[in-house]
Amino acid sequence: MAYSDKVIDHYNNPRNVGALSKEDPNVGTGLVGAPECGDVMKLQIKVNEESGVIEDAKFKTFGCGSAIASSSLATEWVKGKTLAEALAIKNTDIVKELSLPPVKIHCSVLAEDAIKAAIHDWKKKNGHKG
Amino acid sequence: MVKLPIYMDNHATTPLDPRVLDAMLPYLQERFGNAASRNHKFGWEAEQAVEGGRKEIAALIGADPREIVFTSGATESDNLAVKGAAWMYREKGDHIVTCVTEHKAILDTCKHLEKEGFRVTFLPVDNKGIVDLDDLRKAITDKTILISIMAANNEVGVIQDVKEIGKIARERGVLFHTDAVQAAGKIPFNVNEMNVDIASLSAHKIYGPKGVGALFVRRRNPRVLLTPIIDGGGHERGMRSGTLNVPGIVGFGKAARVARESLATESAEMFRLREKLRTTLERELDEVYINGHLEKRLPGNLNMSFAYVEGESLLMGINDVAVSSGSACTSASLEPSYVLKALGVGEDLAHTSIRFGIGRFNTEEEVDYVASRVIEVVRRLRELSPLYEMAKEGIDLKSVHWATEA
Repeated sequence: MAYSDKVIDHYNNPRNVGALSKEDPNVGTGLVGAPECGDVMKLQIKVNEESGVIEDAKFKTFGCGSAIASSSLATEWVKGKTLAEALAIKNTDIVKELSLPPVKIHCSVLAEDAIKAAIHDWKKKNGHKG
Repeated sequence: MVKLPIYMDNHATTPLDPRVLDAMLPYLQERFGNAASRNHKFGWEAEQAVEGGRKEIAALIGADPREIVFTSGATESDNLAVKGAAWMYREKGDHIVTCVTEHKAILDTCKHLEKEGFRVTFLPVDNKGIVDLDDLRKAITDKTILISIMAANNEVGVIQDVKEIGKIARERGVLFHTDAVQAAGKIPFNVNEMNVDIASLSAHKIYGPKGVGALFVRRRNPRVLLTPIIDGGGHERGMRSGTLNVPGIVGFGKAARVARESLATESAEMFRLREKLRTTLERELDEVYINGHLEKRLPGNLNMSFAYVEGESLLMGINDVAVSSGSACTSASLEPSYVLKALGVGEDLAHTSIRFGIGRFNTEEEVDYVASRVIEVVRRLRELSPLYEMAKEGIDLKSVHWATEA
């Protein structure tokens, strides 16, 4: 399979790899996928208490190059966004940006799920509902 | 400096040996005759060339040249063997015994026959990939007409006990077919010593050209007859119609001769290189697992799982090395390898498997390069892997409730 230049770039130079402390109340963690399916993404966000803006994001991904690129891109995009703005990121935006072929669309879905799961976790930690 | 990219996927196909190409060239040029033309020099020349090839292929497997039927490749050979025997001996019985790790050319052919009313037993394998001979004995009934079990597996390189299977088949009066595509020319394979009745062979797995294969069909003790799957001019003792691929057969013959003459030294060298690759990877990386039996294995095969690193992403990282993966992402079906599944390799580890196929033209320098690249990329991707992080934190990944639908 031929990869797009952007997928190759994210694969070779993944942005925001690493981990944020799960103990930090301002950190939300999303862990999606399953090893049996060949894709697991962990995406973490650090939210500024005052402004409600995502000031940092980190990821680690087990998966194909497209999965790595999708999650790397997701961390880039959520940084500097409010939670509402981050929630508005759609998998189709990721598909378009990375020129993912149909067989790799599930990677983008997983990245969108990871963003939502991280936000959900932060909200739960911080007493928000839903 | 090592020349890139490196080809190390010799179970998929092998490069054409220059000696084979040289032998073929005249038959792609001035000697273009049809081997079935009986009335002129062009035809005689072609026929002579075909018979020369037939002799070499027979010699590789200890057969009589008259027992070799040429086909378009191993998939056709497998189809002809299994369908041909099933249709020919239908009166005698309707039961076939095969094994779950066979090539799709066997499995899908057997499924086709099931739809026609045949019954097929798909024997399991143990966690090393070996068929249990007692399972085989128990599976045979008085309605069994054919046993089809491969000599060596294309994914994990596991070698079945063909000689014992042949003995059992002979004792029970059942025909024995083996897909010897990966075995012939790589390990000793003799149809008489092993009581093989039908055997599939392919040229392009032994440094010959693509598009030509052969089927060994025993002529005596017992005499095997096959119903053809292609109708036409009655070439190849009526078993396979169609104008013979003369240059292909010449190349196949040359490839078989080279393989026969160099088998001993070549297999020893491939084994040495494979072991160097294996021991280097095992020394430098933790949590790597060999898939399939280590000793009963083709000398050039290494199938290894690199826990916590998805196979396709590993292939992408070593993009100047051609190998293949059992990961779902690399297959058209999006299912991980059914062979690894049959060995009981969990889907999590199946996704992390890589098949290295060392061949005649691989050098030690290449093996060293491949090992260093794999080590480097596995380490990098493990730093990127949430699973590796969790495992290092002491979390049992099997106990995690994975939210597949977030």
